[in-house]
Amino acid sequence: MSKMPHETAEMPEPTTETIAVPDPLDEAAIGTAVENALGAIAAAATLDELKTARLAHTGEKSPLSLANREIGGLAKEFKAAAGKLMGGSRGRVAKALAARTEVLEAEDAARILLEETVDVTAAPRRRRAGARHPLSTLQDRVCDIFVGMGWEIAEGPELESEWFNFDALNFAPDHPAREMQDTFFVEPPEAHLLLRTHTSPVQVRSMLERELPVYVLCPGKVFRTDELDATHTPVFHQFEGLAIDKDLSMADLVGTLEHFTRQMFGDEAKVRIRPNFFPFTEPSAELDIWHPGAKGGPRWIEWGGCGMVNPNVLRAAGIDPDEYSGFAFGMGIERALMFRNEVSDMHDMIEGDVRFSEHFGMEI
Amino acid sequence: MRIPLTWLREYAQVPATATAEDVMTDLVKVGFEEEDVHRPLDEISGPIVVGQVLSKEPEAQSNGKTINWCSVRVVPEGTAQTLDIEGIDPSGVQGIVCGAHNFEVGDKVVVTLPGAVLPGDFRISPRKTYGHVSAGMIASVRELGIGDDHDGILVLSTLGLDPELGTDALALLGLDDEAAEINVTPDRGYAFSIRGVAREYAHATDSVFTDPASLVSVSPATGDGHGVVLADQAPIYGKDGCDRFVARTVSGINASAPVPTWMSSRLRLAGIRSISLAVDISNYVMLELGQPLHFYDADKLAGDIVVRRAAAGETLKTLDGKVRKLDTEDLLITDSSGPIGIAGVMGGASTEVTSATVNVLVEAAHFEEITIARSRRRHKLPSEASKRFERGVDTQIADVAAQRAVNLLVELAGGTEETTATDAGSVVPAPPVFLPSGFTSGRIGMEFTQAQVMGSLTDLGARVEKVDGGYSVTAPSWRYDLVTKEDLTEEVARLVGYDLIPSTLPTAPPGRGYSRAQQQRRRVVQALADSGLTEILAYPFVSKVSNDTFGVAEAGAPLAAIKLANPLSEEFGFLRTSVLPGLIEIAKRNHSRGFHDLALFESGLVFLPGAEMGTASIPPLGAKPSDEVLDALYDGIPYQPLTIAAVFTGKDTPAAPAHTPRAWDWADAIDAAHLVADVVGVDLVVEQGSHQAFHPGRAAVLKLRSGEVVGHAGELHPKLLAELNMPARSVAMEINADKVFAEAADVIVAKPISTFPLATQDVALVVPAQIPAQTVLETLREGAGELLEDVALFDEYQGKGIPEGHKSLAFGLRFRATDRTLTADEASAARASAVELAAERFGATQR
Repeated sequence: MSKMPHETAEMPEPTTETIAVPDPLDEAAIGTAVENALGAIAAAATLDELKTARLAHTGEKSPLSLANREIGGLAKEFKAAAGKLMGGSRGRVAKALAARTEVLEAEDAARILLEETVDVTAAPRRRRAGARHPLSTLQDRVCDIFVGMGWEIAEGPELESEWFNFDALNFAPDHPAREMQDTFFVEPPEAHLLLRTHTSPVQVRSMLERELPVYVLCPGKVFRTDELDATHTPVFHQFEGLAIDKDLSMADLVGTLEHFTRQMFGDEAKVRIRPNFFPFTEPSAELDIWHPGAKGGPRWIEWGGCGMVNPNVLRAAGIDPDEYSGFAFGMGIERALMFRNEVSDMHDMIEGDVRFSEHFGMEI
Repeated sequence: MRIPLTWLREYAQVPATATAEDVMTDLVKVGFEEEDVHRPLDEISGPIVVGQVLSKEPEAQSNGKTINWCSVRVVPEGTAQTLDIEGIDPSGVQGIVCGAHNFEVGDKVVVTLPGAVLPGDFRISPRKTYGHVSAGMIASVRELGIGDDHDGILVLSTLGLDPELGTDALALLGLDDEAAEINVTPDRGYAFSIRGVAREYAHATDSVFTDPASLVSVSPATGDGHGVVLADQAPIYGKDGCDRFVARTVSGINASAPVPTWMSSRLRLAGIRSISLAVDISNYVMLELGQPLHFYDADKLAGDIVVRRAAAGETLKTLDGKVRKLDTEDLLITDSSGPIGIAGVMGGASTEVTSATVNVLVEAAHFEEITIARSRRRHKLPSEASKRFERGVDTQIADVAAQRAVNLLVELAGGTEETTATDAGSVVPAPPVFLPSGFTSGRIGMEFTQAQVMGSLTDLGARVEKVDGGYSVTAPSWRYDLVTKEDLTEEVARLVGYDLIPSTLPTAPPGRGYSRAQQQRRRVVQALADSGLTEILAYPFVSKVSNDTFGVAEAGAPLAAIKLANPLSEEFGFLRTSVLPGLIEIAKRNHSRGFHDLALFESGLVFLPGAEMGTASIPPLGAKPSDEVLDALYDGIPYQPLTIAAVFTGKDTPAAPAHTPRAWDWADAIDAAHLVADVVGVDLVVEQGSHQAFHPGRAAVLKLRSGEVVGHAGELHPKLLAELNMPARSVAMEINADKVFAEAADVIVAKPISTFPLATQDVALVVPAQIPAQTVLETLREGAGELLEDVALFDEYQGKGIPEGHKSLAFGLRFRATDRTLTADEASAARASAVELAAERFGATQR
């Protein structure tokens, strides 16, 4: 409680002239003084008023204090009675004062808190909210699922040797399949370097560099000479899986894809394969997934290709196809973002508009 | 490949009610993806009938045109009109105004009656024009959507047709047919034919297939036909360019005889324009049997046909009128006049069949795939023929296809079949493939019975023999793709049905989780996003100028960059040597969309060519290259470090009550670089640097403790920002993340924590302005000795009270001993020795 000067000035000055000192043995007079004190205390609406009342009724020059001081001058036989009367009286006043103080202090504290009220809805965001690109978040999500299955993540260069991208994957030099993947080549052509058209070269590297058995997922950026439109982009992302082990079968491929798909799209998800052709797998298949959360209701969605690793691919990596077999699959991440998160235009993924990423934040 | 359903129905049991969509749904099961449906009736509908012109009155108009006011009978004479549509005359005779003139009274024509709809949603109704009510239209091929002919009215007699009046013209012209378009994978050349697709349809639906080849009986030859010599002097990979050449002759044809509508409509639905009867027959047989044919005007041939490679310097004028320089790898059809065709790709102009041709030589040859593929690429001449030869044509169909063409020329063009025939060359049959018992079951993961294995392979045309331990399988002559046991396995699984393959989950051996670098990358990217930056993914294609500006080596010279051989845009024809150009592009795009306060980052590869660029040759497929060859392949790949860059423009946050935004500045760029290093526990050394893209006084070079430069950060050069139309004071950083990650310690050794009391001392030093604060700080650390726990710069001041060319730096020093409470004297002594070293090094004085 601050002591305000003007309030001090307004405090009534008790004077010996104006205040009659009550007799400490006069129960009625003391009672009146007590009642006056209690009345003033009760009437105090603020802590300042209470202070004034306290000074007036318990201060040095208050009737009760003055009366109390009189006890010393009383005859010995009266001192006990006066002491008892005054002690009791002053006790009542002190108790009332304490009680009132507590009440007023609580009120005061409440008032201050009320005065400190802010509009919490106007709170500023002091930290800038960043965001991951949804393609990279989704890629992480896919990787997490496979790492959870004991697979490892393999990566490789984006600018690759033609051998890793094509020949090692059983694309014959003059075969039309080689032209199916519209390829970016770099100068000089004699260097046989290109921007990888799929992440399959990483599969070849994994087979060459790792101990068998191999269970790897190869995510990353790939390139084809497609002009950007609503459904095509020359730069996109894939993840490919490769498993090389003894006695792997197409049923294992189906089981792996099914397990992954359920992790990704829920327990209702299913997979379906249809015959197809890829130079690097034999048998080869097209992969459809049953997407329970598809916009407009559950349906089959084409998602990628898969198959049993062609023995020529194993041979290119020095693996005996009579001893080992393997399966491989590859899916597009942009495509997944389209059907899983309902992105309808590829432009949104590549233009870098901050609204696109910030809508996703750190999640997908 | 487009499959007209009426054609398919000739050889496969397609239900009468099946649509193109139904057919595609069946074919997808055996591996043909659905592409499209072509159905004229989606665009055109009747009543469109055959009519006969009864009268034709020319009427000159004031606009200079002359129109014909015609009456056209559209029902057989003596019968009444049964159609009850407004505008259709019950008499069966329509009054029609026609602007074209190429028809006569008595001609039978196609009449689109009121109620009909033509392609382009053109609805026919009676309308007032030129003073008459014209109730319908006499149609042209163009209006019917069956040709581009501008010649006016379709007179049915020109098609050799004389139908009854009132006949439904849609059916007459084949417009009631439809085609299913499927995607044929490159391994299945045989499916570029009705024959191949009908066989697959039968597989898919478990129904009966009639081989169109079996319906043609090849006439026994009475002697050798036109002389043919196969003389490939330079086979590719040891395989002769032509191993079979069938030549047949048909004499006395009428080359201008009409093309029957069943043929032209099927060709049209298959996507091939009707040209002339002879050309159409060759295309028709090719589509039906998969054997490309070539017809020569036999009277223009000079002597024997010789098939050989081109000689250096030879040229040929091809059918399209272009003179082509031939390559010595091109396989040619020649006669004594020289080249008359590029084998399997395009014929020559000199021997072309024309409307004047009387005698035709039919060529049905088998050309080797790679030869054709290379010529097609070399001359940029993709054709229906080359498409098939490249993928492999049935070696046994040539004589059948030639006979089919001969038969059609006889039947439709009135020719006479010559009884002599030439069948040159010899085809080497493919060796049988051994399919071990149980292999298919093991590879697919389900049990196949012997009956399933043998039945499936027999169904697709293979000869299957049970031999010891398995099956000996001779692939049919049209299945080039069946050469290994895996190929046969796919066929068995495909015909039995992929949908029956069960699901089993293999167990991977215990994995090692994410690699260290993968974890580092994930955490750094996440940390940048968590600290308020937005991740973007830009294309790595940039301009030369961008690379030269941002991709700068330590020395300041632009880095060498890699040029794309076939960029999508010449301007952005290089692979990036810096991530910044893409970030700046994207920042600008956001500015243009009204977002000016940005903090963007990207983590991606840059492409830095080294001394080695690729390899001059590529090892063959199907074998592991030697270690030396592999090493060369690995070494030839240019360095592509993971690089992280960030760009900041405008302010850090939006203004808000009780919040004042701060403009991003150079220190934010450096701070972001620190964050990258901090996340992986690497000390980043920041020094005053220079980089042409950055403000000369506000650029930091980022180094590792070893002194290796790993990046730059600071304010971008004001001039560059102005050129780029970027906001002033935009800042950026770029750092080689691979190098930072590699610097991270394997194990971080703990530092003991002293609990003795702290003694703090501050010191303000006046030093020459050019001494970096970091250097002064390091000097204080060195001079203070081991009692110093930490030292931090907390103020920098220049101005009043500080000599010109100097600055005052205020540091807080924290002293603590590991074994005792320091006395004030000890702390002061350490502080004094720190100051003393700074005084000695740069003449620092205490303020």
